[in-house]
Amino acid sequence: MKILTLKKVLTISLLLTLLLILVVLLSVMVGSVRVDPVRSISILLQSLLGLTGTETEMERTIILSLRFPRVLLAGLVGAGLSVSGVIFQALLRNPLADPYILGVSSGSAVGAIIAIFLGLSALSFGLPLASFAGALITIGLVFYFGKQEGKIHPNILLLAGVITGSFLSAIIMFFLSISQKEELHTIIFWLMGDFSFANPRAIGIILPYIVAGFLILYWKSRHLNLILSGEESALQLGVDVERLKIVSYLCASLITAASVSLCGLIGFVGLIIPHSARLLFGPDHRLLLPASALIGASFLIASDTFARTILAPVELPVGVITAAFGGPFFIYLLRKRKVVKTL
Amino acid sequence: MIDLRSVSFRYRQDWVLQDISLRIERGEFIGVIGPNGSGKSTLLKILCRLLSPQKGEILLEITSLSEMSQREIARKIAVVPQEAYSLFPFRVIEMVLMGRSPYLGHLMFEGARDFEIAKKAMDWTETLSISERFIDELSGGERKRVFIARALAQEPEVILLDEPTANLDIHHQIDFLNLILNLNREKGLTIAMASHDLNIASEYCDRLILLKGGRIYKMGPPREVITRENIEEVYGCKVWVDENPISGMPRITLLKKEERSIEARKRD
Repeated sequence: MKILTLKKVLTISLLLTLLLILVVLLSVMVGSVRVDPVRSISILLQSLLGLTGTETEMERTIILSLRFPRVLLAGLVGAGLSVSGVIFQALLRNPLADPYILGVSSGSAVGAIIAIFLGLSALSFGLPLASFAGALITIGLVFYFGKQEGKIHPNILLLAGVITGSFLSAIIMFFLSISQKEELHTIIFWLMGDFSFANPRAIGIILPYIVAGFLILYWKSRHLNLILSGEESALQLGVDVERLKIVSYLCASLITAASVSLCGLIGFVGLIIPHSARLLFGPDHRLLLPASALIGASFLIASDTFARTILAPVELPVGVITAAFGGPFFIYLLRKRKVVKTL
Repeated sequence: MIDLRSVSFRYRQDWVLQDISLRIERGEFIGVIGPNGSGKSTLLKILCRLLSPQKGEILLEITSLSEMSQREIARKIAVVPQEAYSLFPFRVIEMVLMGRSPYLGHLMFEGARDFEIAKKAMDWTETLSISERFIDELSGGERKRVFIARALAQEPEVILLDEPTANLDIHHQIDFLNLILNLNREKGLTIAMASHDLNIASEYCDRLILLKGGRIYKMGPPREVITRENIEEVYGCKVWVDENPISGMPRITLLKKEERSIEARKRD
């Protein structure tokens, strides 16, 4: 009989980390200027150790100022959205749930669009801050609407989230219909998800949210397993279910808000990575959470690299790539009826 | 073992349970019977604090249930659910190991001792051979056994069962009840079971609690509780009660409309 052990979790996490490092190195190399692999690695290592080597200044700038921060951000966002997707699917007991299902995304979009309209996007953190604020306000509203008698009922919360999201979508549509050409371009790229907004310094700002959120969720990972068989069942096995739900919803929502604030609404990652990771490693959150984070990071980095190289010098929004790969792949999983057997 | 002292409970408006006082002794096999909506399930849920009563007090040995943590309760009282499914299915062994949860801290993995306890529980319930199967691939009877195994892995002193024989064929009903009876007789576990099947309750339980509208209508050994008068009064339908010729316990036969006149004649 095989049971999950710490050793297994560490081994798989290590292997997926190696895969992630490989994807990072490949992505840093390719682009309009190719930097060969040995030089890329040596530039990264040198910067870590504070040395300077024989590489040209241009190569150093491309790797360290342009590509590496972008790859780092894509990895962070991929991990964040995947982890948040795992949590929403478990708590809402809905295989179609994703990080955006409670309307967090629409809230952050409204924030971002208002910032674009007011010209705040010219300020260094104007756009992400406005988007983050929009997301936080939405989270607050949805939980206020979704609570009944001090308790969170998944279906009521889901409805509150979907309705709030629809209302905010109407606001988004309104702004789209009155916007000028140059604003429209920025807005649409933001709505599809795009890393060219990335401000290297901003990574440092969202990192704590995503890392802290992940650690808290991992702390609760065994209890999240129990809640998959129902709230009563979890309660009866000694889990403080209401606290678990509030903490997990808030962490997952904050991770989502932080993730989308810098790069817009990247779709599909938070839906397909959790399912794929479950197929590969099973539903136990002690393994599923780190595995989803690492696979999600690799997937989004690879997608973004495609997005900026496939039609170079034109850059596509990364959301186009994730949807183009993710959609058909998800249909394939559904057709094989492997995602959820009860569907 | 468990002492209920004038316990009342309501969800919103109306009292679902009213002024329930009873003692469940250690090692007892107790049955809770009564019509739909009489409060059977609510009573079980109150016994493991899935619900907390607004009035009255429940003592587990000498400690009030309201002063215990959910984890402490889970080490003493296990529940076998009517039907439970998991959105993303686990393997049987993983499911049984979840019974160890009340003994594990955050971030902890089940150790060798937990594994041994789970294996023993699966041995008792004859689920060792299906330990690698997914929970949603099992038949209803197999799934029931897995949930008993999970309950045993909690190493409880009391097991609560809600409608344990619902959806099982007669073969699996008997298998399952004999397993429960074994746990009661050989392991000394205290059992409380809510059931719609009066004949099963009569055969297996030491003592029955007959609920009507949230109050205890009658409590005592099956012979005193399952009588024609009590059942007709509480359930509001005509029945025939005689003795099971093998066990000598009361046995109920439901009567069709046209059989009622025959029953009346037979009674004279």
